[in-house]
Amino acid sequence: MSGLFVLEQALNGLQLGFMLFLLAAGLTLVFGVMDMINMAHGSLYMIGAFVAAWLVGLTGSFIIGVAGAIALTALFGILLETSILRTLYARDHLSQVLATFALILILNDGVKMIFGNDLPLSAPQALEGPIEIIPGLMYSAWRLLIIAVGVVVAVLLYLLVQKTRMGALVRAGASNREMCTAMGVDVGRLFTLVFGLGAALCAVAGSLLAPLLAVQVGMGENILILAFVVIVIGGIGSIRGALVGAMLVGIVDTMGRTLLQQLLREALPPQWASAAGPALASMSVYLLMAVMLVARPQGLFPVRT
Amino acid sequence: MTASKRRPVSTLGKAVLGIAFAGLAVAALAADKVKIGFVSTLSGPSSALGVDIRDAFLLYVKMNGGKLGGLPAEVLVSDDQFKPDVARQLFERNVKRDHVDFMTGVVFSNIMLAALPEAIDNKVIYVSPNAAPSPMAGKDCNPWFFAVSWPNDAYHEAAGEFANQRGLKSVYLVAPNYQAGKDSLAGFKRTFKGQVVGENYTKLGQLDYAAELAEIRAAKPQVLYIFLPGGMGINFIKQFVAAGLGKETMLLLPGFSADQDVIGPVGPAMAGLFNTAHWSPDFTNAANQKFVAEFRKEYKRTPTLYASQGYDDAQLIDATIRATKGNLADKDALRRAMRTAKFDSVRGPFKFNTNQYPIQNYYVRTVGSDGHGGLINKSFNDPILRDHGDAYVQACKMPK
Amino acid sequence: MNAARLAAFAALLAALALPPVLQAAGADFYLGTASRILVYAVAATSLNLLLGYGGMISLGHAAFFGLGAYATAILLSEGVQSGLVHLLVVIVAVGVASLVIGAISLRTRGVYFIMITLAFSQMLFYLVNSVKGYGGDEGLTLRVRSLLPGGLDLRDGNTFYYCALVVLALELFLLHRFVHSRFGRVVRALRDDEVRAEALGLPVFASKLVVFVAAGILCGLAGALSVNLQGYVSPNLLHWTQSGTLLVMVILGGVGTLWGGLLGAAALLLMQELLSAQTEYFEFWIGWVLLGVVLFARHGLAGMLRSLFAPKVRS
Repeated sequence: MSGLFVLEQALNGLQLGFMLFLLAAGLTLVFGVMDMINMAHGSLYMIGAFVAAWLVGLTGSFIIGVAGAIALTALFGILLETSILRTLYARDHLSQVLATFALILILNDGVKMIFGNDLPLSAPQALEGPIEIIPGLMYSAWRLLIIAVGVVVAVLLYLLVQKTRMGALVRAGASNREMCTAMGVDVGRLFTLVFGLGAALCAVAGSLLAPLLAVQVGMGENILILAFVVIVIGGIGSIRGALVGAMLVGIVDTMGRTLLQQLLREALPPQWASAAGPALASMSVYLLMAVMLVARPQGLFPVRT
Repeated sequence: MTASKRRPVSTLGKAVLGIAFAGLAVAALAADKVKIGFVSTLSGPSSALGVDIRDAFLLYVKMNGGKLGGLPAEVLVSDDQFKPDVARQLFERNVKRDHVDFMTGVVFSNIMLAALPEAIDNKVIYVSPNAAPSPMAGKDCNPWFFAVSWPNDAYHEAAGEFANQRGLKSVYLVAPNYQAGKDSLAGFKRTFKGQVVGENYTKLGQLDYAAELAEIRAAKPQVLYIFLPGGMGINFIKQFVAAGLGKETMLLLPGFSADQDVIGPVGPAMAGLFNTAHWSPDFTNAANQKFVAEFRKEYKRTPTLYASQGYDDAQLIDATIRATKGNLADKDALRRAMRTAKFDSVRGPFKFNTNQYPIQNYYVRTVGSDGHGGLINKSFNDPILRDHGDAYVQACKMPK
Repeated sequence: MNAARLAAFAALLAALALPPVLQAAGADFYLGTASRILVYAVAATSLNLLLGYGGMISLGHAAFFGLGAYATAILLSEGVQSGLVHLLVVIVAVGVASLVIGAISLRTRGVYFIMITLAFSQMLFYLVNSVKGYGGDEGLTLRVRSLLPGGLDLRDGNTFYYCALVVLALELFLLHRFVHSRFGRVVRALRDDEVRAEALGLPVFASKLVVFVAAGILCGLAGALSVNLQGYVSPNLLHWTQSGTLLVMVILGGVGTLWGGLLGAAALLLMQELLSAQTEYFEFWIGWVLLGVVLFARHGLAGMLRSLFAPKVRS
């Protein structure tokens, strides 16, 4: 196995990791600050992708498409929070799971009614080709962009959470909500902002991944579960944990599936090896999650006091 | 022609129909209409395939005055959403609740194999306008199953032969991990005489091929042969180009990944690519010229090979019903008639093998300019495989 | 005979009479729908045992449904058709799996328990996906069904219906006995207040584990039945959205009630059947109904029925 091959797969792992981070960051904040399990988080990702595809189709400009998707999805998230989700904060986790599961059903069909079952979205032409990052390795420009955006967002989130007043409030809320309220913080407004931020991050992930995958109804369901894995491993409420967890899951999943496949091909017929490799890699991700939950449920970077 | 959703029939209505049918069956007269259950993938990234088959099927019925075999045709269209369990339920509804005379439409082999028993175990003929897996051509062959498209392996056997002709020595193979994928690479390897440097089965429906492309780059094959129909192929080819692999590796395709549904979204990168198929829009026989012209007029786009199959599907059912003079009650007579039904296929000569799979020619095509700034497939005149059946027919013990 | 017993008896009679009635009306297609309701009622009731009476929120219960289904499917595809063998294998296989998963998961609490049940079910989902020999993600189509003693073949629609009815009736009877037994009171005590139960010296972990395993096995039986009904298995049976669907049924029917599983399964499946004939966006409306139930009618259909017929009684 050549070094270039490993490097390319590592880049693929980073790309997946940063996208997971965008989703997990919002999810962990909502879970950490508001103590709410939001199964409909993946639906916000789907809405972000659809709005981006629709706007790009309408205006022809990718920048407008992404910016518009971020704004509209954040707005929609805020609307959702202030109307329905707000009533769930005081409820038990089961009710939250069920209510947000119901939202998945409503939003899936809602999107289908408005946009149809799927919308095409291609990367802007300038970024459709490869870039020679080192002599001998050409890598997709679009994937490099995703990694770059991921790094920028991670830095921005770090600055927001560590260096701003709002960030301090978020950290306080995640760490000890009752104390926060007792100290006179307008918790309601904080929650709405946190939710809006999470929705915006989902929209970024959705519009960036759309050209690589497909913008289709139900696209949020699979990536949602991986996001939960990430925040469990990283620690509920911790953005740093979300980043580390996402990188871990991204790399383990990507490298695991190719390495395992190549190993298994020595012993099994190719159809079997090709099925077993990725499946075992995914299994190991969930095994990691289970181990974390039993051994260290508060995650790698615990936040709650 | 009415393309309607399924309608439950009232109890009284059923009683009346029951008595009427009993009388008719006794008199062995022709039925008053023919009901077709059409289940296909009409949503999702690979919906273009099902939509084309449906559109062409309905077009033929419309061109025929809303009739098939002289009887008014009611086509019940539903969407399997790329899910085998959904398809199974739809088949069950069409067969048991709507009492259709024929089932047809499914695009993908795994979906079809899951739903098929609902039809063939209840003596309802299933005509496949696409999926034609190798087990059903051989040991699992069934008198109620007809493939009007091609055997799954065929396009790939043709491509392997073409690769030989071109003197290509090493190949890397990619296909989705399901029956049709397995059939496709088995078919290529059957005819190809060079070396296989890699064989990779991806997840059915997978859209991100970053990992596979890295492996292909590392393996450095002379030619890359992929079977990735629908949205899978669109994504793969775009990512293949984006990863800069187009400059190092020749891409060879079956027609499934090089037709209009892929050319549109992928664009100019498709120009010059070679692919194999049983049909091409530029065939000059009268039936095809009429089909292409009418399809373009009705739907404002060029038909794909899937559409050609949907059209021939309707023609086959039409010819079969005419052969039995509209008698739909005698199921065994219907299926025997279908074996020898004569119609003007848009592909040229067509006949069924003893396993009810086609024997036909396969051609090499290349993607070229259509003269209006777009791209379209153009075929070479001489078929690369002539009067070609399949490798499994010997294993089939077809009852009378 | 009190009202509840009378209602149960009437329901049983109606269920027994359904196949000939449907046949007479020429609507025997709907026998398949009724059978599907019965199968999911068995699964949802098992989840109700776990969740409603045991207080354990599992997002991975469908894994046991899938395991039971695959155990049966694998046996059928290898030519083993004896229903008794299937029953035994399902009980053992799902029993062991639920024992292992339960023993590990029950070490966690609250939201972590929810997450770990999800993790295990996804693990099993991918495990099933990896075994290409039994179909992998393509699933497995089966041409034969289980054979019961006495020459009964579950391929026959009527036979299957009555078999599923017997399973459901037995399950409901056992659940009823459990609820009114001493063990049942222990379980409900630790559902309501685990700390106090532990302080009282009740065997918390062991009791929960027993309920977890029992619920798992019952769900596995539902899975085995579903293979005989559909003739097809796929890894999707283990997907977390299937666990979500089972949860929806329990909530619709009424958490912690005897009939909640059956009522919820019937409500959801009938809603799907009726609405999908009217519009392709039927999940939209079902979502709103579910949201309404979660927000406003926490005790589901059973709760509504109870308040209609016996407003003074509270369990």
